[in-house]
Amino acid sequence: MADKVLMKGNEVIGEAAVLAGCRYYFGYPITPQSEIPAYLSRRLPEVEGVFLQAESEVAAINMVYGAASAGARVMTSSSSPGVSLKQEGLSYIAGAELPCVVVNVVRGGPGLGNISPAQSDYWQATRGGGHGDYRTLVLAPNSVQEIADMTIAAFELADRFRNPVLLLVDGILGQMMEPVQLPAPLSYDLNQKPWALGNPNRKGGRNLCSTIFLDVEQLEEHNWHLYQKYQVVTDEFAKGAYQHLAVETHAVDDAEIILVGYGIISRILKTVVEKARKRGIKAGLVRPKTLWPFPSQVLADLAARTKQFLVVEMSCGQMVEDVKLAVNGRKPVFFFGRTGGTVPSDFEILNEVDKLVRPD
Amino acid sequence: MGKDVEEIIMAGFGGQGILFLGKILAEVGMAAGRHVSWIPSYGPEMRGGTANCAVVISTAPIASPIVQEPDTLLAMNRPSVARFQPKVKKGGTLIYNSSLIEGETWRDDLQVFAVPASQIADELGNAKVANLVMAGAYVRHCPFLDYQKVLADLPRLIPAKKAEMAEINRAAFVRGYEYQG
Repeated sequence: MADKVLMKGNEVIGEAAVLAGCRYYFGYPITPQSEIPAYLSRRLPEVEGVFLQAESEVAAINMVYGAASAGARVMTSSSSPGVSLKQEGLSYIAGAELPCVVVNVVRGGPGLGNISPAQSDYWQATRGGGHGDYRTLVLAPNSVQEIADMTIAAFELADRFRNPVLLLVDGILGQMMEPVQLPAPLSYDLNQKPWALGNPNRKGGRNLCSTIFLDVEQLEEHNWHLYQKYQVVTDEFAKGAYQHLAVETHAVDDAEIILVGYGIISRILKTVVEKARKRGIKAGLVRPKTLWPFPSQVLADLAARTKQFLVVEMSCGQMVEDVKLAVNGRKPVFFFGRTGGTVPSDFEILNEVDKLVRPD
Repeated sequence: MGKDVEEIIMAGFGGQGILFLGKILAEVGMAAGRHVSWIPSYGPEMRGGTANCAVVISTAPIASPIVQEPDTLLAMNRPSVARFQPKVKKGGTLIYNSSLIEGETWRDDLQVFAVPASQIADELGNAKVANLVMAGAYVRHCPFLDYQKVLADLPRLIPAKKAEMAEINRAAFVRGYEYQG
């Protein structure tokens, strides 16, 4: 195993993509993720890959559509406003059942917003984002090491389910440096994609990747087929096939209050749990690592044991809806958020915990 | 072993090499076998504006890498003192670039050290190595970093395209370490 190296989250996304066998990247610069295209513009030519700065985010995602149709491992990345622009293409790629990885290093919105870290794209990421009945898998790392591991996992999941996989990273994780152990490179075989336009061994005539079904019965059949695939994804996650990717719990066994947060927030919450326990408050933490499929069962099980939940996000409250669906009214679910690019401090979250646990 | 967790904020003008100073401290902390994190301020800032960077060096895995109350502040210019001195933990350490900072009121619950980093860098012939002077001064006051090991490790941390800067960076680091105010 190679030694750990100190690297920036964004650069690790680039390197891990290369290690996963990605040889095609199409994108357009935007803060706070521009180190991804900068890194790949240097790295991809070294491995005979293609780096292309497209004329826009819309062009980039459609280049991804093309490369994915050909069977290539392909990635694009952007930050919030740019990811909004990609939604049309994402809908097409999901509809055509093509694998690709899309990275969103989230910044403050709506509109141009600002370049500071945020988590306000949760709904867009987990609800499809574009038009039509579709889903994308969403992975949410909370460290630079996990960025490496989840970038690799994203490519494997995308191929496994023939579906776009989103890596949802906030601006801090993209910008921060931590030691990382880069994984071994994966081998990638185009022959495993018999549907791909680029597969030299495809049987019979031509392959076709398309999203147009003018016949209503055909489209309904296609949509139920997609739905069934999403059920398979959900079932496999629920059965623990991807346990290492799904959810992390910390100090929940005796917890009277369970904090719920993902990404960088989950690390602040870990500090809050430590500080709360020093004050005699039995706090615990649930961190969804995969946001879709959401680890509902873990929260549902804990609802039977704990007294209340506090969801913390860098938004006005988006994931809190999924937590409420999982808890399903069995225990109260409260919310604390900061938005606009503000990162909550452990002090202010601890203050919220105090208020909930000791209401007088 | 010294302290379990050390949280450092370094701040100064853009162009003073604040982010690189942070990277060096994170690298040498990592080489000392500790967990580290490095977070830059990445606002819409430019050369001549302000820059700051937060580094955590810890014996245990780092929960929150966000530094609200640093143990140590490395202040390279006056605005950094105004902004970050109030946040330093009681009993913490403040090392400041006395070439550019004077006439400040210092908290009496901190250990405060003056280092004429910019002047030393100028004497060495390159104002840009003031950050390495600060790194040397930091290692002098840090209970868990070994000076000789860091000095031996330093060449690895200078980017290949700036290899010609290795010697002056080393000299700046040594001067910062040896400076006694």
